[in-house]
Amino acid sequence: MTFRYDAVVAGRGVDLAFDVGPGETLALLGPNGAGKSTALTVAAGLLRPDSGRVVLDGRPLTVTGRAGRDVLVPPHDRQVSLLAQEPLLFPHLSVLDNVAFGPRSRGASRAGSRAVARRWLGEVGIEELADRRPARISGGQAQRAAVARALAADPRLLLLDEPMAALDVAVTPALRQTLRRVLADRTVVLVTHDALDALLLADRVAVIENGTIVDQGITSEVLARPRSRFTAQIAGLNLVTGTWRDHAVLTSAGMRVEGHPTGPPPRDGDPVVAVFPPSAVSVFLDDPGGSPRNALDVTITHLEPHGGQIRVRTESLSADITARAAAELDLVPGSRAFFVVKATEIAVYGT
Amino acid sequence: MAAAPSRVGVPTWIFVPAVAGAVFVLLPLAAIVLRTPWGRFLDLLVSPASTEALLLSLRTSGTSTLLCILFGVPMAVVLARTSFRGQGILRSLVLLPLVLPPVVGGIALLYTFGRRGLLGEAFEVLGVQIAFSTTAVVLAQTFVALPFLVVSLEGSLRSAGQRYEVVAATLGASPTTVFRRVTLPLVLPGLVSGAVLAFARSLGEFGATITFAGSLQGVTRTLPLEIYLRRETDAQAAVALSLVLVMVAILVIGFARQGRTSL
Amino acid sequence: MRRRLSVAPAALALAVASGCAVGPGGGAAADDGAGTTLTVYAAASLTATFEQIGQEFEATHDGVEVTLSFAGSSDLAAQIQEGAPADVFASADEANMAKVADDGLAGAGPVAFASNTLEIAVPAGNPAGIEDLDDLTGDGVNLVVCAPEVPCGAATQEVAAAGGVALAPVSEERSVTDVLAKVTTGEADAGLVYVTDVAGAGAAVEGIELPESSSAVNVYPIAPVAGSTHADLAQEFVDLVLAETGQSLLRDAGFAPAP
Repeated sequence: MTFRYDAVVAGRGVDLAFDVGPGETLALLGPNGAGKSTALTVAAGLLRPDSGRVVLDGRPLTVTGRAGRDVLVPPHDRQVSLLAQEPLLFPHLSVLDNVAFGPRSRGASRAGSRAVARRWLGEVGIEELADRRPARISGGQAQRAAVARALAADPRLLLLDEPMAALDVAVTPALRQTLRRVLADRTVVLVTHDALDALLLADRVAVIENGTIVDQGITSEVLARPRSRFTAQIAGLNLVTGTWRDHAVLTSAGMRVEGHPTGPPPRDGDPVVAVFPPSAVSVFLDDPGGSPRNALDVTITHLEPHGGQIRVRTESLSADITARAAAELDLVPGSRAFFVVKATEIAVYGT
Repeated sequence: MAAAPSRVGVPTWIFVPAVAGAVFVLLPLAAIVLRTPWGRFLDLLVSPASTEALLLSLRTSGTSTLLCILFGVPMAVVLARTSFRGQGILRSLVLLPLVLPPVVGGIALLYTFGRRGLLGEAFEVLGVQIAFSTTAVVLAQTFVALPFLVVSLEGSLRSAGQRYEVVAATLGASPTTVFRRVTLPLVLPGLVSGAVLAFARSLGEFGATITFAGSLQGVTRTLPLEIYLRRETDAQAAVALSLVLVMVAILVIGFARQGRTSL
Repeated sequence: MRRRLSVAPAALALAVASGCAVGPGGGAAADDGAGTTLTVYAAASLTATFEQIGQEFEATHDGVEVTLSFAGSSDLAAQIQEGAPADVFASADEANMAKVADDGLAGAGPVAFASNTLEIAVPAGNPAGIEDLDDLTGDGVNLVVCAPEVPCGAATQEVAAAGGVALAPVSEERSVTDVLAKVTTGEADAGLVYVTDVAGAGAAVEGIELPESSSAVNVYPIAPVAGSTHADLAQEFVDLVLAETGQSLLRDAGFAPAP
């Protein structure tokens, strides 16, 4: 394992342990305040835990509270880069010098570090902004520059703390694609409260609730088959896994779900997931028929209030409907129903 | 008329005390300008006593400002960016020269660096005499001006926060590199205004200088001391020299403001 | 940002503004209606003696409070010229009294009441082994004198000329108090101050007589200030200074009689 983390920060009620393999991206998924960011600050060497052990490529970075000598390698010696919600580009340096900061701090010449910086600016698609000051670029561009800066430092481990949180919804898909590309072969720990980030960027996910991990595993599996209610809630999405065949998602159970692919179209046989929010689902007692709508045959497991509406839950799916609709349908646990979703509301992603 | 934001949160009555305060400061300046013997001004300016005093003032103030920067920046960084027991007390003590009457400061310096002072005998052995020397002038000025720079810079450091330093460290910059390439450039405006304050305070320093360093033309008689002496025999000359000091001060302030807006 | 060395002028400026006189030597002026206040401006070297004379005056004049302000003679003269409410002015030299008299502010003409000569002052123990005027020019001797612009400085120059000696001081102070201070702390090896200053400094300072001192005698004149509201009282104070009571107090302090 490349990165092993196991630490307790009692003051914040955080007790986590996880591993990340070489070239793997692990998402720490949970609501705000769950302790995810604390784990990143410990990993970066900015916080000393009450007790714990952080090891990267066999080198102990933090060892406290165990018998024997304590170790706390300072942040600048760890080869661990941290990317926060805010880009935090140095306001007094140009974008190029910002990105060149890492190599330059390690002793590279100014020309050499700038060459590396240009390459990375190209990777994230903003080479034309090289000579601008950070005050003169948009939030999305700044976050790209920050990604380039973190990667130009050639870290062994990259930590991303909610990289999309401060950005416009309009620009997040583009940045997500960029991240997907540059993170492909890197060892990364990504902290997020958005299940979509985890789904699209991470190989594995660890779900954190109240400072401890409640679920762990391959992203699509964890989200599709949440082992805890909490994971299901945090996912907040309906997720159907299957294979792409004939312009539709074919599940292992033989169900056919039509949706619209996002990103490059998958090829037949590719593993895919179909994702749709509970609010897009209408509940009928009989199959209403008619395309382009999907009608999924389900058995209701329970009903619960959710944000002013009623959430109708099955084993793996949820639908949000009004209380009045629920009353009219006379739904009870055990009833058979049809979840109807328009194809346009279902996004299909390759995994 | 061009588009402009509306003024919010400035009640009209606030202009009354504001203007009164401004008048309070500007009227004495106007009084000096009015009483200046303009006919003799140039002659007074180029007289040897005046030019020596002015040059001495500029030299010593410049040196003491440099010393204030050399010592004050690290002090401000330690006070703003570290925490240890007793730090609050240490901060209060370091700022003491701000509230100490300068003459008391001069006496304290005398008891430290004077012939019979704490360090006096050590210096005597080394063959170094500090009292009555230009060095004493610089020491006196540095003593009274240092807190100005420390307070100004510490305030800037605190409000700047450490977010950028954290990022720089995770990118692999050693603490020295972080200090040099991130911390200092970001608080440069605060450092400049602190240095300007220190320079201005040094320029006007009187009480500690006259008590500790003495008064001898070309060696220790800075412009404030020269003005003080001139009043004995030639009050008009004293006024003229006062105006010179005012003009130098205005130049310094103007220069500093220029530097800040360009950042 | 300039701080004044002596508190009195600043306080006096405030006093002029507020219309009542406050001095470091006396109590706060309070026109309590029951008594009158006599304001006396006197040179700093007269501090000890005039405080005693002031007490004598209060003892013999019921209901009168004497307020004393001590400062450099030129400061006092300048303030009187600018309209400060002094009733009596005692100067350490005739030049400063002349400034006041020329403005027509010296009522009833100034009268000399004492004189002072210079003496060499050395720290207790005489570390530099000074014995006469010539020794002051020795190598490595830290000599402090008054600046030529002030009365004691002018006297210093005359004494040096009389002795045929070129003095090379390390500092020229504006007031004799500052010179004395540097000698008492041991910073200076020697200083030229008044005889009265050496007498008043006690054990901290030793005095070495100067034969050449007779060539520079500082005459102290006193006069009531014209336009004072207590002209009669002011004249009585002047008379007290000139009478045996005042003169004996001055003699005890080391002053010589007026020539």
